[in-house]
Parts: sequence; structure tokens; C-alpha cells
Amino acid sequence: MSYISKPVARHPGQKKNSLGLTARDYEGGMSTLCAGCGHDSITAALIQAFFELEVPPHRVAKLSGIGCSSKTPAYFLSASHGLNSVHGRMPSIATGANAACSDLTYVGISGDGDSLSIGLGQFAHAMRRNLNMLYIIENNGVYGLTKGQFSASADIGSKSKRGVPNRFEPIDPVLTAIAMGGSFVARSFSGDKQQLVPLIKAGMAHKGFALLDIISPCVTFNDHDGSTKSYKYTRDNFTEVTHADFVPPAQEITIKYDQGSVQPVTLHDGSRIYLRKIAEDYDPSDRSSASAYIQSHQEKGEVVTGLLYMNSDAPDMHATNQTVATPLRDQDYSVLCPGADALKALQHGYR
Amino acid sequence: MKQPAISKQAANNQMGLQLNDFVIKLANVNGTGSASANGLLSKTIFRMGVPISAKNFFPSNIQGLPTWYEVRVSKDGYQARSGRVDVMVAMNAETYADDVAEVSAGGYLLYDSSWPMNKELLRDDVTFLGIPLAKHCAAEFDSARVRILMKNVMYVGALVALLDLDIAVVEGLLEEQFAAKPKLVPLNMRAVKMGYDYAMEHFNCPLPVRVARMDVTHNQIMMDGNTAAGLGCMYAGATVGAWYPITPSTSLMDAFDGFCQRFRQDPETGEKHYCVIQAEDELSAIGMVIGASWNGARAFTPTSGPGISLMSEFIGFAYFTELPAVLFDVQRVGPSTGMPTRTQQGDVMMCAYASHGDTKHVCLYPADPEECFYLSVKAFDLAEQLQTPVFVLSDLDIGMNEWQCPELQWDDAYQPNRGKVLDAEALDKIERFYRYMDIDGDGICARSLPGVHPKGAFFTRGSGHNKYGAYTEDPDQYQEVLDRLTRKFKTAASVVPEAVIHQQNGVTDAVIAYGSSDCAVREALDRLKEQGMHLNYLRIRAFPFGEEVEAFINAHQGVFVVEQNRDAQMVSLLTLETGVDKNKLVPLLHYGGFPLYAEFVVNQVSAHLNKRKNA
Repeated sequence: MSYISKPVARHPGQKKNSLGLTARDYEGGMSTLCAGCGHDSITAALIQAFFELEVPPHRVAKLSGIGCSSKTPAYFLSASHGLNSVHGRMPSIATGANAACSDLTYVGISGDGDSLSIGLGQFAHAMRRNLNMLYIIENNGVYGLTKGQFSASADIGSKSKRGVPNRFEPIDPVLTAIAMGGSFVARSFSGDKQQLVPLIKAGMAHKGFALLDIISPCVTFNDHDGSTKSYKYTRDNFTEVTHADFVPPAQEITIKYDQGSVQPVTLHDGSRIYLRKIAEDYDPSDRSSASAYIQSHQEKGEVVTGLLYMNSDAPDMHATNQTVATPLRDQDYSVLCPGADALKALQHGYR
Repeated sequence: MKQPAISKQAANNQMGLQLNDFVIKLANVNGTGSASANGLLSKTIFRMGVPISAKNFFPSNIQGLPTWYEVRVSKDGYQARSGRVDVMVAMNAETYADDVAEVSAGGYLLYDSSWPMNKELLRDDVTFLGIPLAKHCAAEFDSARVRILMKNVMYVGALVALLDLDIAVVEGLLEEQFAAKPKLVPLNMRAVKMGYDYAMEHFNCPLPVRVARMDVTHNQIMMDGNTAAGLGCMYAGATVGAWYPITPSTSLMDAFDGFCQRFRQDPETGEKHYCVIQAEDELSAIGMVIGASWNGARAFTPTSGPGISLMSEFIGFAYFTELPAVLFDVQRVGPSTGMPTRTQQGDVMMCAYASHGDTKHVCLYPADPEECFYLSVKAFDLAEQLQTPVFVLSDLDIGMNEWQCPELQWDDAYQPNRGKVLDAEALDKIERFYRYMDIDGDGICARSLPGVHPKGAFFTRGSGHNKYGAYTEDPDQYQEVLDRLTRKFKTAASVVPEAVIHQQNGVTDAVIAYGSSDCAVREALDRLKEQGMHLNYLRIRAFPFGEEVEAFINAHQGVFVVEQNRDAQMVSLLTLETGVDKNKLVPLLHYGGFPLYAEFVVNQVSAHLNKRKNA
């Protein structure tokens, strides 16, 4: 994907995290997306989240498919390993990479075309395996690089730039994820960093498949009146049902919560999510009622956002497989090869 | 009183003694348990020290359709089909007509005489041996399922008498087979004895077609190629296997999984030192392999032609991003769904050039299960050394049939060749890491693994990139990378397994073959030699071709290229990738779906040579 190198600017006063890194160290190349693209806001949120989480950049693997969204891994964490795969196939790369090495942080960036059309099968099956990764869909309802065709997430009646309405049922990534076994399902908006950054952090800390569907308007092809993925429409119809605050392990809780209104969830790595219900009748721990709620509000034209479903106890792919804790790629060959004597002995069964 | 054979004339026509050199074919109905009875028969002969080769001819079906099992007993150790049938065990009334017709003149046909045989099917030159199997089993056993199973075991018992097999060997095999359920041994032995006694009482046992003990199989095993390849993957140190079930490759992953459960799973904790993932499709399976390889694990996928078609986009990605991957293509009959349970060598061209754009891939062509084992290990070494996908092209005949082969050997000094991978220490020392810099001119660049060291961080992309690893749309920078890949492929030609050559000075004609054709070709060459026609032989084991292949062709006047496909795909590859005179290459093509047999090669070669002589 195309990118432009950023000029190196030193700001001596920049804040450093415990690794001695500044937020600048979590940046990447200059974006070549359109000015005002929602994806660039998500990139900024990712940079902030990784910086604040104090993740060593080289321990992160950034993965993507093809499309505008899939270009963005070049725009953050240039000190991380990345793999820009083929269209719709990032989940399989993530699955294999995770199978080989379970102790890196995997973040996949995809789009609505990449995940809901060409890659729907892989997207569904990565969730089914509860692959341990953060999977972001930068959702704008439209194909940008090929100039404005509807994607599978476009709502019925949503109009193209030329005024033609979409006639097909949309595939909602959130409802799909809840149905397919995603163990952490959230929706947010590229224009709401307050909501987005803690969700990114929580999704990374979650051990299992964390889907983050982010409405990310396309300023060039889908930001007009009549589009249901525009900035204006999203802002007007954004309904936050839960708000998640994220507290990393070993960090003091500084925010004061009213007893009863906040539900703390402790994750496998010791970090905590403080989940505040905004809609009193919403229950993010119940798959079926969560689905029903999202669907009924969707019918009213509302975009339900927040941490929408979570099950922190679901076993991830390695737990189900019973893989050893030490990553497979780090196993010594002597552990893997039974040797000449064993080969001789096992062949007795073939006589 | 001995029951006279149906055709007296046939009895008079009996051939002379045929010791350890004949074919038994068993016609069964799929799903009736005949496979284990037939395996018992072939293993008994093998355990008597006599070389055999056993092949299944089965339908794409679970239950009900006809299936055949052919055992060639060959004192000379020939593994190919012989093209004749000396003893037919006709257990499927639906295929009687074909089965009777297939018996070679002077041969025998054993059938279930619980029901009368249609007189119109009888042949004068075949001896019909009727045994009322169903009737006896109905009288002897209670449940319907047991009756069906024991009918099979009973004909094995009859063959013990007819072919002069050692009944103690049969019993020993049953004891091994039912070690966990010893009660089943006497039950099966009862059926064996029923068949044995009936044959002894009613026929002149043994037949002139018979087995006599030899001592040439003691360091041999009977193994199918998929098992051998699965074993090879474990020995190579593969830790990630991703696959989508497809005939005829499925048993390869089953074997790997089974061996790993035995050797790589902690019996107490259940912890596994491997991860097998059944993918949602082949597109995903290859993606998983590439992801795992990118991250430093040895990873592989077994599939067949349709799977390779689906994987093609990712194969090009791995080629261009230079990531290792090992793909097993257990070839079946194409195009399209084709005949899933029949064999062919139809994927030669597809694998060599899979994916869009300029791509070329390393391919290995094992000839038998033994080589499946060794070339599996080699495939991982090559994939990592060359940082590219490597194909192992086996086929259904090798993959799913049990072949007799020498016991597999392992050298404990072996260490995997991981190729040019920079570890943390090496990365620490360099100023800056560039992914696609060819330092030593062999076309192979150093790579880094994710998470190992901050300096190793790098963005892998299937889009145009320059030697630094950065995105480019610049013609010169792009072309520089593409040209280096050509250089790398030249290096590959010097490190892949060399062709196997059998030659004598002064011989002007030659044969080239590869993969499962080898056994039939070697037998054919022996027979041609007996007829005074001497030919040299080269067996291709890998693509890209080493220099020896071109030199061999250039050194001969005419070269027959034996292939199991319609379009002479290897001839195409030789023509495209070497400078040889294509008029020298005479394709001999056998592609109906059954394995090649020697007579086909003998007839074709001698016809050509005679035609040339008379021209």
C-alpha cells in the first residue's frame, strides 16, 4: 500500500511511557487516505491506546487484507511487524500466525468489503475458533478504492452518491459476531475517541476474539444526505448503551463510580473493564437479549454502540486445542522429533 | 466327495505352476467390511516373506457401490499393476459380468454359490469355484452384521487353502489386530476355518497358482504414501498443519495428527506440541500455513487439485513475499471434480506456475511412499532455505494404496535447515534490517521473525516492493526484485533433489518418468531388455530441473516421456524450461484413472521403436 514517510520531528517535552517511548514512537507512515477519512481517526485512537498500554511495538503483529481500511496498518506502529495479505483473507493469516506464536499481540484491521463480502467465511470461522486477537472493521458501507459501490453493510434505502438506494439486506458485523461465537463484541464511531480508545484497550486485553465494528465514514463516496453511514447520520443516531472504562493491571483506580451502576470485569491478564450501563435494560452478558435489543433498535434507525457482548471465560483456540504454553515456533526440535529408535519401533505396526 | 469345477474344460486347461507370480482381485461392495478381510489376505502373503503390491479401486461413495482390491504377488518385487487377473474373488453379484470377463485365460473365479451363477456368464477357459458363503455364515452366526463381515473372512479362509497360505500367520495377524478385543480372534478364526475346510474338502487344493514362503520382505514395510508423508511432517518438525478435507489427501493429516498424538502430546496433561486446524476451506488452509510460516513455525497443508486451484491467490502471495509453505498435492483425476477416487498426474503444470503474474514454484515428485517420507522432510528444508512455497506432488495411487517399501531410516544427527533467519543477536548487531537485500548473490535474502527484536520489524506486503521492503510502483525497483526471484529459482535448481539416472553407454533411446509411474516403467524396461530393446532411464524428482536433466535428453536420440495425464504436461515443462529439442520427446500418456502398468509402456515403446526401424 502507498504511504509517505513522515519527517522526523523531535519534541523534547513529549510525554514518555514506562518503556521510554513517546506517542510518536507508536506512529507509522503518513496516511494517503482522503482528508477527513474516518479511518485516520481510528489510526490515531490506536496509537493512543498502544502508547498508553505501554506495549513494546515489536511485540505487536498488525494484519490486514485489501481495501482502504487494510492500508491503515502502514500508518501506525511502524516499529511493529505487519502483514498486508490478500483480499478477505486476513483472518486465516492471523489464525496461522497465532497458532505458531501465541504470545504476540495480534491486531487485524479490516473493512466492510474485506470482512463481510469476500472474507465473510474467514471472518466467521475466526470467531468460531475464538482466535485471540483484536479485529477491527472500519465500516463505511462502501467500496472506496473501486469508487463507490455499495458494500454488504449498506443499509436498505441508504443512497449512493448518485442517489440510487441500496435494496439488499445489510450484514451487521455485530449481530454476526454475537451469533458466530465472538466473545467480545463492540461497536463504536471513528468520531468518538472517548469511547473508542478504552474499547481498543479492552479488546486487546480480552483473551479471545474481540470484534470492534467502527462506523468510519467515507468522506469521498458515502458522506452525503441519504447515506446511513455519514458523519451526520451516525452522530444523530448514535445510541450508546454501555460505556467501558479500561484499567490496566496494577494501575490504581482513579475514577469514582457510583455503587451499583458500574459492573467491573477482571480479564485474564489482570486488567479490568468498568462497564457502565447507559441503557438500563441492556445486558451485555446475555447473547440472545443483546441481539434482540440491537436488532429492535436498528429497526428504529438507531446505531447501538458500546461494549455489546462479552464472555471472558470462553476458551480461545489454543485452550481448545490444548496447545503447550511455550509458543510452537519456540519449541526445540528435540521435543518435536521422536528420533530413529522411535521410527524403527513404530514401523513394527506396518509389517 | 470333491465338487467338480463348473467348467471341466477349464480344469483341463490349467496352467502350469505359478509360484509367487500372480494377481488376485477381489470384487466387493463398498461398506461391507471387505477392506479389513482383504488386508488380512495381503498381509498374510507379505508376512510369508513374499513381495506384494496391493491396490484399491474404489468409488466416490460410502456404502453400496462396487469396489475392487487387487493384490499382485510378485517374486521379483514389481509394485505396479500387472494388467492380468489370475484369481478373481467375485463377491458382488452386480459386477459379475465384468469380473468374469476380466479373468485372464486359465484363471480362477471364486464366488458365493449360495445363489446359482448365471450360466450365460460362464467361460470355458476359467475355473469357477463356488462356495456357499452366505448360507454357511447364516447357519453359523447370529447377527446380520456379523454374517456380512464373516462372509469376507470365510473367503480369506478358502484362499488360505487354495493359495497354500500359512494359517498360523493369519491367526497371528488377527491376534495383533484384535489385541484390544481378544474375544474377536476365535470368532474370526472360526470363519477362516469354515472357508479353509470347505475348500480343502471340495477343491483340489492348493491351486497351481500359489504362494511359497520366501525371505525377502524382512526389512520391508507396507505403508501408504499419505501415512509416510504425515510421518515425514512430524519428523521434519512441523508444528502447524492446516487443511480442508478432500479425497485423496485426507489421510495425510489424519496420519500426522495420529503420530503427533502419540509422540507430541503429554499423556498426563494432554498438552500438545502441535496444532492441527481444520479450516473452513482451502483458501483459509493455505492462509494459515503462510501465517504460521511468517511467524517461524514449520507449517503445511495437504490437499488435492481442486484445493490448489482455490489456494492459487495465496500461493502467489507467498512466492512474492518470500514466505515458506509446504503443500502436498495428492493428485486425483481432473479437470473439475473429475473422478475423486482415481489417480492421475494432472497438476504438474498448475503447481509449477500456480497464481497470477510471473510465478514459478519448486515441485517435488515422490515415486512411492518411502520417498514421500524423505521428500516431506526435504520439502520443509527447501521451503525454509528458499523462502518459497514447495509442492510435493504425490497421487492417489501412492497416497492411498499400501506399497511395500524398505523400512524408513532416520539419522538422529539431522537438524532442520531453517534458512537465513536473523535471530535477536544478529539483528542487534546490524545497523538496519532490509528484508529483500541479496547479500551473497544466491537470490535468497535474510528474513526476520515477528516479535524477536525491534530492529527486525518489517511490513510484509504482496504489493510492489523494492529491495528495502518498502512499497514501490517504480518500474526499476520492482523489476530488480522480480529479477532477483529469477536468480533465486536458479539457486533452487542446484539444491533440489537430483534426477535418478539408470544408464549404460551406447544406448541411444531413453525413457523419462516421474512419480508413481516409476514402478511400472522400471518393470517395462526389464521386459523390453528381455526383448532386446535397451533403454536408459531418468526419473525426474524435482522442478526446477537440474542440469543433469537437459544433459540426459541431449545425450539421447529419442526420449519417451511417460506421464499420467492427457496433455503431456511434463513434456511442456521440459520444453519451456530447458533448451532441449522438443521433437526428441515422445509422450506416452496413460490417463484413464487407474494406475499405470508395465505392459502399456512396453507396447508403446516397442511399437514406436519398430515403426522407426521399419521406416
